[in-house]
Amino acid sequence: MALLDIKNLSVHFGTEARPIIAVEHLDLQIDAGEVVGIVGESGSGKSVTSLALMGLIDAPGRVSAESFSFDGRNLLTLPKRERRAMLGRDIAMIFQDPMTSLNPCFTVGDHLIETLAVHEGGSRKALRNRALELLTQVEIPDPARRMAAYPHQLSGGMSQRVMIALAIACNPRLLIADEPTTALDVTVQAQVLELLLRLQRERGMALMLITHDLGVVAETAHRVVVMYAGQVMETGKVPSIFTQPRHPYTEALLSALPENNIGRERLQTIPGVVPGAYDRPQGCLLAPRCQYAQESCRTTRPTLASPDAGSQVRCFFPLHTSGPKE
Amino acid sequence: MISFFLRRLGVLIPTFLGITLLVFALIHMIPGDPVEAMSGERGMDSARHAQLMTEFGLNRPLPVQYVDYVFKAAKGDLGRSIVTQESVMREFLDRFPATFELSLCAITFALTIGIPAGIIAAFKRNSVVDYGVMGVSLAGYSMPIFWWALLLILFFSVQLGWTPVSGRIAVEYDPEVVTGLMLIDSLLSGEPGAFRSAASHLILPTIALGTIPLATLARMTRSAMLEVLGEDYVRAARARGLSPLRVLTRHALRNALIPVLTVIGLQVGTLLAGAILTETIFSWPGIGKWMVEAIHRRDYPVVQGGILLSATIVIAVNLIVDMLYGVVNPRIRHQR
Amino acid sequence: MNTSNSQLTVAEEGISAPPSPLAELWRDFRRNRGALIGLTLVGLFIFMALFANWIAPYSPIEQYRDSILAPPAWVEGGKAQFLLGTDPVGRDMLSRLIFGTRLSLLIGIISIGLSMSIGIVLGLTAAFSGGKTDTGIMRLMDVLMALPSLLLAVAVIAVLGPGLMNAMYAIAIVQLPAFVRLTRASAIAERSRDYVTASRIAGAGVLRLMFIVVLPNCLAPLIVQGTLGFSTAILDAAALGFLGLGAQPPTPEWGSMLASALEFIQSAWWVVSLPGIAILLAVLAFNLMGDGLRDALDPKLKR
Repeated sequence: MALLDIKNLSVHFGTEARPIIAVEHLDLQIDAGEVVGIVGESGSGKSVTSLALMGLIDAPGRVSAESFSFDGRNLLTLPKRERRAMLGRDIAMIFQDPMTSLNPCFTVGDHLIETLAVHEGGSRKALRNRALELLTQVEIPDPARRMAAYPHQLSGGMSQRVMIALAIACNPRLLIADEPTTALDVTVQAQVLELLLRLQRERGMALMLITHDLGVVAETAHRVVVMYAGQVMETGKVPSIFTQPRHPYTEALLSALPENNIGRERLQTIPGVVPGAYDRPQGCLLAPRCQYAQESCRTTRPTLASPDAGSQVRCFFPLHTSGPKE
Repeated sequence: MISFFLRRLGVLIPTFLGITLLVFALIHMIPGDPVEAMSGERGMDSARHAQLMTEFGLNRPLPVQYVDYVFKAAKGDLGRSIVTQESVMREFLDRFPATFELSLCAITFALTIGIPAGIIAAFKRNSVVDYGVMGVSLAGYSMPIFWWALLLILFFSVQLGWTPVSGRIAVEYDPEVVTGLMLIDSLLSGEPGAFRSAASHLILPTIALGTIPLATLARMTRSAMLEVLGEDYVRAARARGLSPLRVLTRHALRNALIPVLTVIGLQVGTLLAGAILTETIFSWPGIGKWMVEAIHRRDYPVVQGGILLSATIVIAVNLIVDMLYGVVNPRIRHQR
Repeated sequence: MNTSNSQLTVAEEGISAPPSPLAELWRDFRRNRGALIGLTLVGLFIFMALFANWIAPYSPIEQYRDSILAPPAWVEGGKAQFLLGTDPVGRDMLSRLIFGTRLSLLIGIISIGLSMSIGIVLGLTAAFSGGKTDTGIMRLMDVLMALPSLLLAVAVIAVLGPGLMNAMYAIAIVQLPAFVRLTRASAIAERSRDYVTASRIAGAGVLRLMFIVVLPNCLAPLIVQGTLGFSTAILDAAALGFLGLGAQPPTPEWGSMLASALEFIQSAWWVVSLPGIAILLAVLAFNLMGDGLRDALDPKLKR
């Protein structure tokens, strides 16, 4: 039984009559202790999926799903209060921009102590010690002094470490990291990622790593989910998904990586853009941009199929099914 | 923090000197010379005219007169009223508590209703409640307060007979002046009816004077809250499982109140300006009524002094607000 | 105004400019119901002001001695020929209110026009000269800002003496700091843009830079401030009239109409209520329109 089990999740914005589809028919399972990378271009629905998971989609957004359970508990029917209690305790999240994700009026210590007090309680002194310990765990030097620092006195990398400390404060079983390194300096990115993975290993928590950087995923994840325009295009294990991508989109993403373009004059790109809110193709969502698209791809939409255990693909003509194609 | 205070003070000194210059110029910009202006249409023989010019020191060069004025003003000497021959400072201090009491009640009224209304409107954005709060506050913002005051009198005093029409307290009570604040003085007098009378006299002027600050605060609070509620740290706080109430009161409100605080500071000017109208209508013996009467009587020293002192109050309050701003906003506090 | 608006929007929208920037402004403005109500009311007031001579049934100062304090026509004892009743000396309320519209709009136009043009010149001068001139102008504005609005107006009247024209000057002075600060702030922001540097390199003089290159791009916030200032001007003029420091009787100014009828507040509600409603509606109209304009012009609030 998976720790997180999502079946047929849809998130719509806009009006009932003219919905804007952010995510549709999304299936996602994450096992305990598993690292799952979610990749896709901007606007592919990665972040919306994670916000839906956290119950942070506000009106006019609408979330619906066949199954939406965490540790056997249905998140959609759970009373609000209980669901909230799970946030920060069982499921935690860190965001893209750490500099704006900390309240400018509160010190680092205020943030940590508040979160610990809400979920675990205890004496002020005990909470303070726990907070100090957490700062040490995220490798913040001189934690006692940092406790009194305000967010504007911290660097981006330092802020993200504080955000991570906040996220792991109550030993969550699933940590969602939404582009945790995108807003940071290149030099700190690797350090923060390494920290995240070390904490994941030590604590055996599941990690949902949302990113548009396939390189990061290749090095860290056990499994990859490729999203496009609100749909899952392909899921597969690492490294097979990188050596034998089944979906043309995955293949295109891989061939756009700089390391796969060594010796070429120009970087390969994917022509066109992600479909907008009101111009979603009738057939396969990728059809207008797909070099393999056939007539049937333009008229009917493929479903997610499982060619073999541990992988899924949404394509009528998957690649690499009987040996490499190209 | 202290250096922050001193820096602010440093900026204010030229402003303050500018105001004294403006107020000083006021009396010299009046067509004719000041003595002529003071004497009005009655006219005056030239001997008396010359005597008064010497008496007021008006024959000296202007820069000398100005420096003299500033030094006297610094010592609290703002001259004497032409009409009553009373010291302007004395008259001001006698009347100020009445205006202070009324303004305090008005701003309390505005804060206790305006800020919660703005918060609720922001929280229930685009709901009936939001439209209601915004509609009422727009009307309040556009209200001519002298007319609003008359409507209040017409309805509550004339129609319903609930509240008195004018003054600070019924004539049968005459509590000894201790603080100058009628609510406190009437309590100290020990007469049970006195406090009730003082309070009932305050209700309508408070509403009349507090309406514009209330409307402004409700609008400002709403927009500040809306801005803050869309911030990343609010989303992050929710993602940590904090209750909506906690997110609203601890994380959002604290940040939203920073701009609102500035607006509260600006209301002091609105209150003093509004006091001119409110006090005239309710015969409230404060500095607003005092100044309007002084203008009608061409009592220029009073007008001069009143303007200078009002400006001083505005400047002082804004300095205090700046200080508070530093306290609530860590980013300002740590600026060096 | 039209050309400057279009320049502004094009600058913001870049290459993907929609058919007409003015049409886009109108589209955003129209979506705001409050703004439309405001615009309609403003249109109505302008119409009344322009055609007061034809619309008003009577002269605003003609006294009908046999109909003193006649109530509005629909009230018992009202006369059909005086639709909104008459005042304490038998003048037709409706006619006075209609002519009052003309006066209020005139006060707004003159005081805001004066304030805005002086404010723009001072603001641009401050922004372009910098140094001592800049500090001097801004300090002077600080001084004006330290004085509560109506108090400053009253002080100006104390010097100039009561009267309609002086009230307009007073209001213009009260509003001046807002225009100066706004112009200076936007001019400083624009001054460092590439298109200004380009004109400078092309040999444009300072005056040309100030008024022809930079100013049109600073107009959007100024128009909004002008509209909102218009409502404050009407309100302050009425307050001064009410205090007896603005328009003098028998001028049909709303504030002084209210003041002269004070003693009849209990016996003849219409003489007090109607001018007040007129002021409220006029102020409300300009506020609604100003808010709508701000929302439509402010790219930050645009979706």
